Amino acid sequence: MSRVGRIRVLVLLGAVATLEALCRTGVISSFTLIAPSTIVVSTVEILASGRFTADIVVTLRNVAAAILTAMIGGVAIGTLLHGLPATRRVLEPLFATYYAIPVYAFYPLLIVVFGLGDLPQIAIGFLLAVMAVVINTMNGLDRVPAVLLKAARVQRLGPLATAWSMRLPYAAPYVFTGFKLCVAYSFVGVIGAEFITSSRGIGYEIAFAYNNFDNRVMYALIFFILAVVTLVNMSLYAWERRLLARRQR
Amino acid sequence: MKWRDPLLLIAVVVGLWQLLYLYAGDSALSSPVTTARTLAIMLQDPRFLVHVRETLLAFLQGFLIAVLIGLAIGFALGAHAFSGEVGEPILVALYSIPKVTLYPIILLIFGIGMPAKVAFGAIQGIVPIALFAMNAIRNLNPVYARTARVLRLSPVAWTKELLLPAALPEVITGIRVGFSLTLIGTLLGEMFGAQRGLGYLLMQAMGLHHMPRLMALTLLLVLFAATVNALLLALDRRLHERG
Repeated sequence: MSRVGRIRVLVLLGAVATLEALCRTGVISSFTLIAPSTIVVSTVEILASGRFTADIVVTLRNVAAAILTAMIGGVAIGTLLHGLPATRRVLEPLFATYYAIPVYAFYPLLIVVFGLGDLPQIAIGFLLAVMAVVINTMNGLDRVPAVLLKAARVQRLGPLATAWSMRLPYAAPYVFTGFKLCVAYSFVGVIGAEFITSSRGIGYEIAFAYNNFDNRVMYALIFFILAVVTLVNMSLYAWERRLLARRQR
Repeated sequence: MKWRDPLLLIAVVVGLWQLLYLYAGDSALSSPVTTARTLAIMLQDPRFLVHVRETLLAFLQGFLIAVLIGLAIGFALGAHAFSGEVGEPILVALYSIPKVTLYPIILLIFGIGMPAKVAFGAIQGIVPIALFAMNAIRNLNPVYARTARVLRLSPVAWTKELLLPAALPEVITGIRVGFSLTLIGTLLGEMFGAQRGLGYLLMQAMGLHHMPRLMALTLLLVLFAATVNALLLALDRRLHERG
């Protein structure tokens, strides 16, 4: 491991150790925060007991659905709008304000439109995530050099073939940035929706444990979801590095 | 001509809203006219303005804290290259975790009330502001630093004459992103655990299924967010063009 990496690990370990010491000595009361080591132990216990397996499956499935639809929809909408500059110009203020709009306020509307099942939660995740993909796709397509498009014309590629074999591969790193945000926003959207109005899923169980002062369960579930998200993000980060390294050769 | 596009956009959005209303009916949403009228009535009610002030106060404090801490972290990590290298992946990881999951912990620390709301907003805003500020300092043209050395500028003069003006456009972009996230964070916090504020009213309207009220609140929030965002965006563009 590089020197930077070692120091980074030390910084993180130091932070966790400080927290552990503060909890063990009673500076932080166990009603507020339980010691990190206890959190890890209870996470393992709770996962092994299988009590929350159904909730975990529901949440992860909904997040995955939101991610997939947002990725496909985002690239499609981004490519389409890139081809329609006039429409895009009119919509520009919407792109800029989109993330300032509190999307959770539309939850009741989504319930009426989609019913009471999992769809409203997926829709919130999708709505939060899709715009990141749209914006980054357009941003990437803007940067495709004219010479590539000329080459496509020389090869007599149709618009679809040009998009598939020239534009999208060139825009890939930008689209990938959108995908990373898309993953993060999908988690936020789905879990946030479960928090405020839902009857199952990890977000709901965390809120339920909070309301019952069940700190062991609450911290275990929070730790679990943060660990999953961090793992997914780190894999994406590593994959992106590999893709970029290959392009530079 | 400059105003034609935004007006067109607003007309299209209101038109789609009306169509959706005609399709989905009163139980799903209220019409644009009803919503605007409800909002106008609500804004004259002093009891409602108490909630508006509560949310605004929580948001402004959270935003101020996010800007101050975010800029401090960003400038420190940007100025010291090694710390920046150590810290950046940690910041990026913090940026992408769903911070809603931390809300119960904040409530345990602060209890229900103003400090918790401020914290809900602040934790969402700090990291993006720090990331943008760090990159702003890091990507400064090295010629500036050399020029400053040749001119023997004092650290204060260097900060005032070079660092701030050169980094400002990116810093403003970060603050704009931080603004949106802090607002969403504050509202989400109020929706999850509060007894006052617009987020609380949203949850109440949702529970009572009072569509005109719910839509009026949403409209108010969207108008506020869009206005501030447009102002920050205009500032952002002007600074980037000048630079």
